[in-house]
Amino acid sequence: MPVNISKSGSDEKLRQRVKDISGQNFQKCFQCGTCSGSCPMTEHLNVFPRRVMALLQLGDRAALEEANTPWICASCHVCMVRCPRGIDIPKVMEAVRQLKLRQNINRIEPSQMDKKEIEKLPQIAMVSGFRKLTS
Amino acid sequence: MKIAYYPGCTLKTKARNLETSALACLDILGVEYEELPRWNCCGAVFSLADDDLIHMIAPVRDLIRVKEQGQDTVLALCSMCYNTLARANDLMKNNEEKRDTINRFMDEEPDYFGDVRVVHFLDYIRDDIGWDKVKEKVSNPLNGVKVAPYYGCTLLRPGEVAIDRPDKPGVFEECMNALGAEIIRFPMSAQCCGTYQVLGNPEAALKVSFDIIKDASSHGAEAMVLTCPLCDYNLGRRQDEMIEKYEGAAEFPLFYFTQLMALALGASPDVCHFELNRDITMEFLKNKNLMAKVPA
Repeated sequence: MPVNISKSGSDEKLRQRVKDISGQNFQKCFQCGTCSGSCPMTEHLNVFPRRVMALLQLGDRAALEEANTPWICASCHVCMVRCPRGIDIPKVMEAVRQLKLRQNINRIEPSQMDKKEIEKLPQIAMVSGFRKLTS
Repeated sequence: MKIAYYPGCTLKTKARNLETSALACLDILGVEYEELPRWNCCGAVFSLADDDLIHMIAPVRDLIRVKEQGQDTVLALCSMCYNTLARANDLMKNNEEKRDTINRFMDEEPDYFGDVRVVHFLDYIRDDIGWDKVKEKVSNPLNGVKVAPYYGCTLLRPGEVAIDRPDKPGVFEECMNALGAEIIRFPMSAQCCGTYQVLGNPEAALKVSFDIIKDASSHGAEAMVLTCPLCDYNLGRRQDEMIEKYEGAAEFPLFYFTQLMALALGASPDVCHFELNRDITMEFLKNKNLMAKVPA
């Protein structure tokens, strides 16, 4: 996947928004890939967490929007516990989710859920799922 | 002094087997507790957005209720509730700016400073009761039961609310050991089951859950114990889907650890509500002669 590294292609607003919402400085990431190696969801990701950090550093909004990473992240915090740079990566993923959710764009539609499924699911699944994936 | 007990929403319905078995254990161990009156849902997940304080209100209200009834410790059974309450408490204790904003927003409530102690059942028993006391009370030891303790995420991460070392925990093993079980350690014992992704990406959650079961089973475990109703759903209730989808998948008995603890401590099996578990758990208990030894 080609990466645009020109200064004019860097979306400063995106970088600042993610920093503000996450409270994290993703510039500290030195691309060691420990997060990608630790993530239990890697086989389902089209962009690994290490690369998400790189895309943020570059301010590459278009590539970031293609990434399913923040939407498959389960906030399990393994990457955060192991990050040698002390970056709270789940907070960064949350910020990227919030960019969409705060525009009232839902990732899942509760009204479309299967009724039988809803009856079976424990309450904490619904509460946490809606908190993370709906606006 | 009595401790406060916070059940959370799932323990009153889908995970009654966790609540009633755990409370029976507390009774046998002589722990005095009182369910929080007027508790509300904690929100299930701690808000990770730095500028989002509104989602702190629910867990902080619960913590204020603890103080209101004159108690200084609150015990949770569900790992997600534990994590959310403990992290909110941590924030109120250590982040002066956010604490002030939250306190000012909730002007109908007394100010709160994070001075309640939030514990999970496991670390409370370890630190305040002790495994020796548990051993003394065991009347129906789990001898010959090869059990794999599964921590999941929220008891161990992030580090500031971990009930044990996040990289090398032992509290769950110590607990099952005190009950006489044979402990099976397995590499994926603290790997995520996919949690709420059962809504967003059910296939991904199913695969990671299957990997965890397979890992425990291949290390020689005959059963798994856990403490989170969402892990129980992903790893247990979705086994039918695993069997349909993955080669080599088979029924695997899963328990809330408090169910086996209640049996070991001689409580009536009725408090364990095994009817809410998969059928194979009952077969497993009969094969291991764990039901027979319990006095009627």
